[in-house]
Amino acid sequence: MNEEVWLVVPLFNEAQVIGDVVRSAREVFPNVVCVDDGSADDSAAEAARAGAVVVRHPVNLGQGAALQTGFDYALSDPGMHWVVTFDADGQHQIDDVVAMLDLARTDDLDVVFGSRFLDDRTEAGFAKKLVLRTAVAYTNLTTKTRLTDAHNGLRLISRDVVSRLDITQNRMAHASELVAQIGGMKVRYAESPVHILYTDYSRAKGQSLWNAVNILVELILR
Amino acid sequence: MKIVLIQVLLIAVVVVVAARLFRSGGARSQALRRLGLLLFAGFAVVSILVPDVWNRIARLVGVGRGTDMVLYALVVAFLSFTVTTYLRFREFEVRYTRLARRLALDEAARDYPRTGGPGPSGGGGDGGDVLDEPGGRD
Repeated sequence: MNEEVWLVVPLFNEAQVIGDVVRSAREVFPNVVCVDDGSADDSAAEAARAGAVVVRHPVNLGQGAALQTGFDYALSDPGMHWVVTFDADGQHQIDDVVAMLDLARTDDLDVVFGSRFLDDRTEAGFAKKLVLRTAVAYTNLTTKTRLTDAHNGLRLISRDVVSRLDITQNRMAHASELVAQIGGMKVRYAESPVHILYTDYSRAKGQSLWNAVNILVELILR
Repeated sequence: MKIVLIQVLLIAVVVVVAARLFRSGGARSQALRRLGLLLFAGFAVVSILVPDVWNRIARLVGVGRGTDMVLYALVVAFLSFTVTTYLRFREFEVRYTRLARRLALDEAARDYPRTGGPGPSGGGGDGGDVLDEPGGRD
């Protein structure tokens, strides 16, 4: 049943954790493609050892570019019906993906966005919450969507929608671009509560709040 | 009218820069930019020979001195240069990304050949069409 699902994992310098992330994901979803975005460490080898397909960017291009590459790879499998975008740093839970898939199958949806703000399992700091809320307000304002969390890396997307996506924002603004493109299509989408696990590891690697400024500039000057 | 050394130097610089800019690129959409550049170069020569022209323009638009006028014009020119450069750079980045992605996917198709069923089996064929799709635009 889960053979028709591909997990797309953008991978950049996560050698410490990627092996475990891929192994635990593959217990439920056998198809995992890691797009190594020019990592300087052993990330690609670790991911391959854990059983993932590794597509390697020859140079670092950014997370948005890695996602689009993963989409293209997943599309090359004719048996693929669903793509899940999944973070490499262990923030996301496989249980949440299963719930999203159930929701999409029962409600006949094309896209399910993960949201941190539908329940209170996720513990985000005040500043982080403020930035995320502002970002989603901006995204809702500029696109036709109504979401509670637009910058969540966990999403479930149907084959039809994936084949129509074309992410050109290589760096951080790709999340908004993705929402905008899906909002422009006439497809059925919903949100599903997810639990983002902020470990010390992910916190140390996580993007700084200054990135909000960069995202805004990338969105305005496109 | 007496031509000073600095005027000769400045005119030479303007002409050289304009000529170099002229040779770069090559599309119909550039025609306007080139005409503008020509006007700009012509005006640069005039303003070197007749520096007072800036004062006259300044008075015409209500700015105190010609030097202020030059400064304002420079600020506007620099800002538009920054924005056009940013946009051109993004355009370049999109192409460069497609190229890198193509390489990455071709390599993956070679490293992970699909067993059974249609699919990308080392370039060409119907599987290749799926991979080609995103690069097909633009």
